[in-house]
Amino acid sequence: MQLSTKHLLGIKNLNSQDISLILSTAEQFKEVLQRPVKKVPSLREVTIVNLFYENSTRTRISFELAEKRLSADTINFAASSSSAAKGETLLDTVNNILSMKVDMVVMRHSASGAPHFLAEHIPAAIINAGDGINEHPTQALLDAFSIQEKTGSLQGRKVAIIGDIMHSRVAQSNIYLLKKMGAEVVVCGPPTLIPKHIATALGVSVSYNIKETLAWCDVANVLRIQLERQNQVLFSSLREYNIAYGISRQLLDSLHKEIVIMHPGPINRGVELNSDVADSKQSIILQQVENGVAVRMAVLYLLSGRTAQA
Amino acid sequence: MKTQINNQALLIIIDQLADQLVAAYPDSSNTVLVGIQQGGVIVSNLIDKAIRNKIGNNKTSYLPFEHGQLDITFYRDDVRNKILAPDTMHLPFSIEGKTVILVDDVLFTGRTIKAALDALFDYGRPDRVKLCVLADRPEHRQFPIQADHVGKAIHTQSSDKLKLSVNDQGQAELLLITE
Repeated sequence: MQLSTKHLLGIKNLNSQDISLILSTAEQFKEVLQRPVKKVPSLREVTIVNLFYENSTRTRISFELAEKRLSADTINFAASSSSAAKGETLLDTVNNILSMKVDMVVMRHSASGAPHFLAEHIPAAIINAGDGINEHPTQALLDAFSIQEKTGSLQGRKVAIIGDIMHSRVAQSNIYLLKKMGAEVVVCGPPTLIPKHIATALGVSVSYNIKETLAWCDVANVLRIQLERQNQVLFSSLREYNIAYGISRQLLDSLHKEIVIMHPGPINRGVELNSDVADSKQSIILQQVENGVAVRMAVLYLLSGRTAQA
Repeated sequence: MKTQINNQALLIIIDQLADQLVAAYPDSSNTVLVGIQQGGVIVSNLIDKAIRNKIGNNKTSYLPFEHGQLDITFYRDDVRNKILAPDTMHLPFSIEGKTVILVDDVLFTGRTIKAALDALFDYGRPDRVKLCVLADRPEHRQFPIQADHVGKAIHTQSSDKLKLSVNDQGQAELLLITE
């Protein structure tokens, strides 16, 4: 069985068999990560560049660790400390790196569509590690893997995505994935942070009531308020956001059922999530991070075939 | 395609292999049986079952070997020519200092066994590793690897394929596919 694509640009381009293949392969890589030697030789002759035009902690470390666990050679590139700061174009930078015989590119960029542009112009396999407000496919895959691991399956699962839907590539990738795998999705947040036509465009339900949403769902994926992408005032203050949409222990206790709390990180503690929720037993935030390595190993492994470079 | 070893003959061979292993490894608590995905797992399951039946009949103090599964997908030397989905790896015990009996259905070029040894050593350092196969194709080895316990040697052309298959009734048989 093979993936239907040569690159991972977004969940939008995957079919449900691709997603199932990645998730089942990730299960085997999770086993690898429990062994005394947490490493396999599969990608020994592969060189991967991590091209980060935007800041990242988790995703970059997670990809780098996944690459090392697969025995690949890795190069790290951060735009802030490179010639991109001197005005070199994206395509020039990448072509220069590829001339040093690099096989795969993991890329994060603040411009939506940057990896799609690269995929059309260079021969290497490209993995999108987040592009602007478009997609963050490996985050959606690791979220799905974590939901499946915690609750058994995605089919029919009720998932709420809460917070800054407007600026979130995590939300978009999660919605694509969950819909393809048969889950029900509700997005919830203040009206200013939810795109107007999301219900018809992506087939989700919209709610502006946090308590009703939490009472409905099995899993709540709480997103970060992305202040760096907001260039206008969309809610009056962080404190007010916390009061209206922040998730507190008290709110969870009022539900009379135990839901799973997820967050892609980094958390704004006391804004979208209070500490007594983020650090509670219901939260699987750290398992998500752990699963991220296994899921990224699966993606890199499945895209590493020789045919991808032919 | 023709049947090389039918189910009845196969079970007799399995029974003989089980006898050999019980005799060769008296310290069963320090010996583990590891089937290589996928054919080797079928064979090791049958050997395990045969050993348990023998012990059940004789009421000795001999315990069956601990029993696991090894998947070599990530260790294949041709991994990037053909990306394969992995099978389950299941070694729920330590192999440190133990005798490991690797079990496979067919020993052909030796490449699978080389990959299996690489995979195995990522789980620890066994004292010794032995190899038990249902069928050996001795003319075609590409590595200095031989089996310690062979069910049956079968003489073949290198273009032939020997394949362990499980039929609709759940019975294993070894098929020879010639071009």
